[in-house]
Amino acid sequence: MTMLKEGRPTAPVPVKDAHMAPATVTGNRALMLEEALIFEIGSTDTTGVDFAPAPKVASRLGGLERRAIGLPGLSEQETVRHYTRLSRQNYAIDLGLFPLGSCTMKHNPRLNEKVARMPGFADLHPLSPQSTVQGALAVIHELAEWLVTLTGMHSVAMSPKAGAHGELCGLLAIRAALEARGDARSVVLVPESAHGTNPATAAFCGYKVEDIPATPEGRVDLAALTARLGPDVAAVMITNPNTCGLFERDLKTISDAVHAAGAFVYCDGANFNAIVGRVRPGDLGVDAMHINLHKTFSTPHGGGGPGSGPVVLSEALAPYAPLPFVEKQGDTFVLIEEESAQDHHAGTFGRMVAFHGQMGMFTRALAYIMSHGADGLRQVAEDAVLNANYILRSLDDVLDAPFGGSGPCMHEALFSDKGLAEGFTTLDIAKGLIDEGFHPMTMYFPLVVHGAMLVEPTETESKAALDQFIMALRSLAQRAKAGDEALKGAPYHAPRRRLDETLAARKPVLTWEAPALAQAAE
Amino acid sequence: MGRGGSIDMRYLPLTDTDRQQMLSVIGAASIDDLFVDVPAEARLSAKIAGLPDHASELAVERHMGKLARQNLSAGEAPFFLGAGAYRHHVPASVDHLIQRGEFLTAYTPYQPEIAQGTLQVLFEFQTQVARLLGCDVANASMYDGSTACWEAIGMARRITKRSKAILSSGLHPHYVSVANTMAKFTGDQLLHDAPTLSAATDIEALIAGIDKDTSCVVVQYPDILGRIADLTPLAEAAHAAGALLVAVVTEPVALGALVPPGEMGADIVVGEGQSIGVGLQFGGPYLGLFACKQKYVRQMPGRLCGETVDAAGKRGFVLTLSTREQHIRREKATSNICTNSGLCALAFSIHMTLLGEKGLRELAALNHGLAVQAADRLAQVPGVTLLNDSFFNEFTLVLTKDAREVVRSLADKGVLAGVSLGRLFPQHMSVGNGLVVAVTETVIAEDIETLAKALEEELA
Repeated sequence: MTMLKEGRPTAPVPVKDAHMAPATVTGNRALMLEEALIFEIGSTDTTGVDFAPAPKVASRLGGLERRAIGLPGLSEQETVRHYTRLSRQNYAIDLGLFPLGSCTMKHNPRLNEKVARMPGFADLHPLSPQSTVQGALAVIHELAEWLVTLTGMHSVAMSPKAGAHGELCGLLAIRAALEARGDARSVVLVPESAHGTNPATAAFCGYKVEDIPATPEGRVDLAALTARLGPDVAAVMITNPNTCGLFERDLKTISDAVHAAGAFVYCDGANFNAIVGRVRPGDLGVDAMHINLHKTFSTPHGGGGPGSGPVVLSEALAPYAPLPFVEKQGDTFVLIEEESAQDHHAGTFGRMVAFHGQMGMFTRALAYIMSHGADGLRQVAEDAVLNANYILRSLDDVLDAPFGGSGPCMHEALFSDKGLAEGFTTLDIAKGLIDEGFHPMTMYFPLVVHGAMLVEPTETESKAALDQFIMALRSLAQRAKAGDEALKGAPYHAPRRRLDETLAARKPVLTWEAPALAQAAE
Repeated sequence: MGRGGSIDMRYLPLTDTDRQQMLSVIGAASIDDLFVDVPAEARLSAKIAGLPDHASELAVERHMGKLARQNLSAGEAPFFLGAGAYRHHVPASVDHLIQRGEFLTAYTPYQPEIAQGTLQVLFEFQTQVARLLGCDVANASMYDGSTACWEAIGMARRITKRSKAILSSGLHPHYVSVANTMAKFTGDQLLHDAPTLSAATDIEALIAGIDKDTSCVVVQYPDILGRIADLTPLAEAAHAAGALLVAVVTEPVALGALVPPGEMGADIVVGEGQSIGVGLQFGGPYLGLFACKQKYVRQMPGRLCGETVDAAGKRGFVLTLSTREQHIRREKATSNICTNSGLCALAFSIHMTLLGEKGLRELAALNHGLAVQAADRLAQVPGVTLLNDSFFNEFTLVLTKDAREVVRSLADKGVLAGVSLGRLFPQHMSVGNGLVVAVTETVIAEDIETLAKALEEELA
């Protein structure tokens, strides 16, 4: 037998037409793997777990034993592979810049994940006797102290589960305070540029919502607002910095006028990241403000939650804060619940959630806050604002910046679709960014700007990352202005091309059905 | 810079050189120039006093570790707490997979071309939840069981155009509190009594209370005392009066053994999904489950994921029916909810995929078997009476003294005995001797014996 000497080829054949890749029979493209649904690959008699055999007992289920459920299982290996493959169809902060305006997609430190998983926090029942959870109550108390001090407010309600839930908490406290003084009021004023949650929350609390117009320079119209104040106005909801990325210069004046009219100021704190350590909302006359721990304080967004929305309150609203809350009595932390509230917190508007709020987010946020400290948090705001202004001024020659003339922006840069070629839209630029390897900015919000593009880089991006993003957005702006038709087909390189949202809404398919069943239903 | 030199902070990548270069591109002399719109009287000229400076990773971990060790975690003691939060074993692969950065650090899937991972998971989750609860459709999750319960009451009001809801005495009292808080502001009328220590549920009383003004009846299954009742007669009575049946499930593992509420005629089924994949976490984040009949889907709160195709004809998934939601409808939205509980939904879905129907049934059988053994053993303790005829993995013991004292005293001895009804219903002394005991697969025979002996000593 002779040994073959050629071996395998070690130099590639020169490529003539790289984009003409042949289709694959699997539909996979190397590392981009298509993945079917668990209902298509699993079966009801496959499982990835094993248990000790159940004791043999006579059932006490009241004669209500269940028949078929229809839940497929996968082995552990198949499960790991299914979700690993799916994960690779997601964009994430861990992959690159994620400049969604108003969402504050900053780096999520892994120390936070580690501390949240300490058994002393993660494996703790919410109704455990208080003597056995002193460390957990200490975490809530410590975080509360930080939030109160950073905002210059009187106290904080920790239990709201997310930003919108925090808004609800703030408005319920305002309504309770008004009712306590026998003052029924019916209207909440909300700027046109507000997040959609603001009017939805006010309506949910039974208030009539009225818009406040914006000035041409993108701020609340002070004259219009003060003119509208009166005995029927319960509160004004203001976002500061606002959704145009600007600081509301007149907020203190507004607060004074609102208070003089017997109403309260709710501040949407979604954008607190821009001012943490540099401005205390308490100094501006704010009565209630939610803090999205999943924005400013880096707890992970997790593909859409869980969030956490503690609400800082002024002295006037503090007596109406929800149950439960943690109080320090001597060296002991006490959880004030319905049982103990009657003595010294009788004004509470009640309970908002079953337990004490998002403990798993409190541990993460506290780790983040301690990591930064008072000095680091101030630097956070400074770098967040610096990064946004750098983007604004690096692109305002190719993209219209509607409020660019009003001075510096805060933590987010706002552009519009003005000047793009006929037929080209903000959506085309956003989808083009996907092909360039970035998550798009917030599109078509705020509603006061046509074709809005709201870019929030956050402080955790390096200058190199910003420069690459600026280069990509500049190129896309130029293509959209030049009418490059190819842009309308973007994205070309994502796991999916543009998806048909109209079809999804017209004929909703919200659960999987076996193909035969699905056909029979049609 | 505004301050002499910047700090060396591990999460902040800009260097002082970067900052100077960027300021010159912007045309600003210093960082303070970027904060000119802040009125002078509100500008803080230095870091906030009275707070510590930045700390190293090691120092933070040490501090948090110290606080964590001041708690008696469930794994360190014989542990029998339930009442809306249950300790189950979560397979290692669940926590590993949810920590993949592509899931953990993604946002709400508003750009579906690069969020198919999250979206397909949500579509699978919705299907799993709908099947588990026995309903046609489910949403992509709510904050927790208590808020999902309140949203269901609001949804029933919108559907029936009536605002009187009847809440079962077996509904978790914290869920009742949440609903009461909200109802004060929405004008809903809620009828509710505290439970009595009896083996029978209040189904008959609920049926008797339904009238032409009733929007819905809200009933927990199994209920706060662990009792199980057939909901079919209640559903029929509600429907006959034009009302809806809302069922609440706080222990979804039970539905691996029990007929689901949807199959008994419930119109809306909500629940707490924490049991599967999420863990105890001292009360949150948890996972609100929300499912209903197909005909009510457009009145549902929260996000929904739906199937569609892309421009090249491939199957894909998007958020859909968003005309119900706040970012489109603003003050006319079905709910103000925005962020939901995505990562917990992922954990639930992965755990459910690992279990499959076979594993879920085995898990449920194991829970029920151990609970039956525990109930029978504890009922032998002098001074202890088992209240329930029926139960899944949780039952109520009636003691000869206030269960709050017993729970505190046993905790001092390192036994986490259960949840006292006195803590759950502080205004109702009549149930104060009740102790709700949960027994899951994490309990071993030795734990049951320890609890029995400790109770015997305490009640002697």
